[in-house]
Amino acid sequence: MTRETALNTVLMALLLGVPLWAWVSDEPFTITLATRAVIFALAAVGLNIALGLGGLVSFGHAVYFGIGGYAMGILAFHAQTYTPLMEWPLAIPGTKLMPVIWLVAMAVSGLVALAIGLLSLRTSGVYFIMITLAFGQMFYFFSISWPAYGGEDGLSIYIRNSFPGLNTLDPIQFFGICFVILCLVLWLNVRIVNAPFGLALNAARQVPQRVETVGLDPFRIRLTALVISGMICGLAGALFADLNRFVSPTMFSWQMSGELIVFIILGGLGRVFGPVAGATIFVVLEHALGGVSDYFLFFFGLLLLGVVLFARGGLYGLALGRADR
Amino acid sequence: MTFILIAEQILNGIQFGVMLFLMAAGLTLIFGVMGLINLAHGSLYMVGAFAAAAVAGASGSFILAVIAAMAAAAMAGVIVELAVIRRLYARDHLEQVLATFALILVFSEGTRWVFGSFPLFLDIPDYLSGPVTLPAGIQYPLYRLALIIAGLLVAIGLGLFITRTRVGIQIRAGENDREMTAALGVDIAKLYTFVFALGAALAGLAGALVGAIQSVQIGMGEPVLILAFVVIVIGGIGSIKGALVGSLLVGLTDTLGGVFLPEFFKLFADADVATATGSALASMAIYVLMACILIWRPTGLYGART
Repeated sequence: MTRETALNTVLMALLLGVPLWAWVSDEPFTITLATRAVIFALAAVGLNIALGLGGLVSFGHAVYFGIGGYAMGILAFHAQTYTPLMEWPLAIPGTKLMPVIWLVAMAVSGLVALAIGLLSLRTSGVYFIMITLAFGQMFYFFSISWPAYGGEDGLSIYIRNSFPGLNTLDPIQFFGICFVILCLVLWLNVRIVNAPFGLALNAARQVPQRVETVGLDPFRIRLTALVISGMICGLAGALFADLNRFVSPTMFSWQMSGELIVFIILGGLGRVFGPVAGATIFVVLEHALGGVSDYFLFFFGLLLLGVVLFARGGLYGLALGRADR
Repeated sequence: MTFILIAEQILNGIQFGVMLFLMAAGLTLIFGVMGLINLAHGSLYMVGAFAAAAVAGASGSFILAVIAAMAAAAMAGVIVELAVIRRLYARDHLEQVLATFALILVFSEGTRWVFGSFPLFLDIPDYLSGPVTLPAGIQYPLYRLALIIAGLLVAIGLGLFITRTRVGIQIRAGENDREMTAALGVDIAKLYTFVFALGAALAGLAGALVGAIQSVQIGMGEPVLILAFVVIVIGGIGSIKGALVGSLLVGLTDTLGGVFLPEFFKLFADADVATATGSALASMAIYVLMACILIWRPTGLYGART
């Protein structure tokens, strides 16, 4: 067992153990915090496939997170008001079933990622960062000015959606669902890293010319990575909306995109479990420092600045020495 | 929809555009010369606006307030450049984005700490308030007209400065070849600090001038920052001329879209639906404009480098 594997195991054991302990000692708030960390981790792991592995610095992943959120919000809104989602050409009702919501969230965010990718991957470097940022703003302003689903006020869902065979209203059971999904996605991520596709993606980040000479198309590889990444973020968004039973344009905001990148860097770029560590640390700090000072983000900003300037490689880098990626 | 209304809206679009130019010019210079993406540029805009509001409140003079805004933003720019930004030039874009994102958090929360969460107000001075009648009977606020003139003067001044002066030549040389410029005896570190301070002062000026028509509050810089990014992507990163053309395009598209798209949809839909659809689409118009320009020219209108 390498030191990185050991650290991964400790991290996941803590992420599972703390809420289990909170469940035994009846502290539902701690379970909710852990669920929040797991969902942020899921979104950051999704972004990491594009950013860490593919080198695509997307500053607009809140788009997919928000689409997931609104997929849940819109479907559940129609179910709770007993209005059809669509009457023509097909009569489609809303739904409160999580698996259906997840599929819709992933399908829509995947399609949007495909469209955004087709446009934005024509550019690279700074242009790519700014274009993804601009697409994020486009969705943000659209969600604010479109009044049908709450506009600026967002959309409240009164009862959490259901999962067959489980009681999602019980915090620990909802946590369980999110944790299992995170584990599945991490497993998928490890598989991708070792699969031919992952190797090609990694190569396209390092030397795109060589990838081209061996007959692979970097554009298509990157586009695929962006779509997978967007779908995972969409799923995380649907779960996040279900956790809060509320969606608002904030999920589309550029701060959200920035925070997702922060999770990755804080944990350690180029590590599969880095985003999990980063998201967990963020939620813990937000809770711990938020109680001490109203100006939590001031100190968080300084910490982040310190990590970027002096501790490249993030927490994993600090714990294990420089990343050998 | 009369001629006068259309003319007024076009003037509003130009006014918005020239203010965007003040932001975009600094961003594009900093990127062009140092290769740095500076997300904290919006914070310098905010610093300028707060400094202007504080000085105007204490002294009552608008001119002093504008000077203070530029000085404060330039000072903040120099401090940030020496302490943080300098270490980022050799890093990749991801780290620059992250470090300057962290700076936004520090600036915003720091300002909230000092000034509190409530917006401040900066009044338009008496000699610039009230409407003025332009040819063809157009009534237009004098202050906004002054903003247009001030913005255009700065644009011309900046253009002359970059093309005609010695420092301007050094800046352009630094943009093309850093090592060669340094070898010819130009102090590159000083030049970078100067360019950063110049960009910061322009952002501070924009903050103070716009602060008098909007409220001065935490987070006022970021929406403008993102629009300025759109501007320089459209114009081509590193090009002052591109920044000017892009600013005017974005300013006009945003303002005219907000007014005319709802009217356009009213031609064939109910008033409610038309207003909702029109304003939703108008809020996206500039991003659609950007996407179209990038499909046509992936490096922007005046951008040569990729």
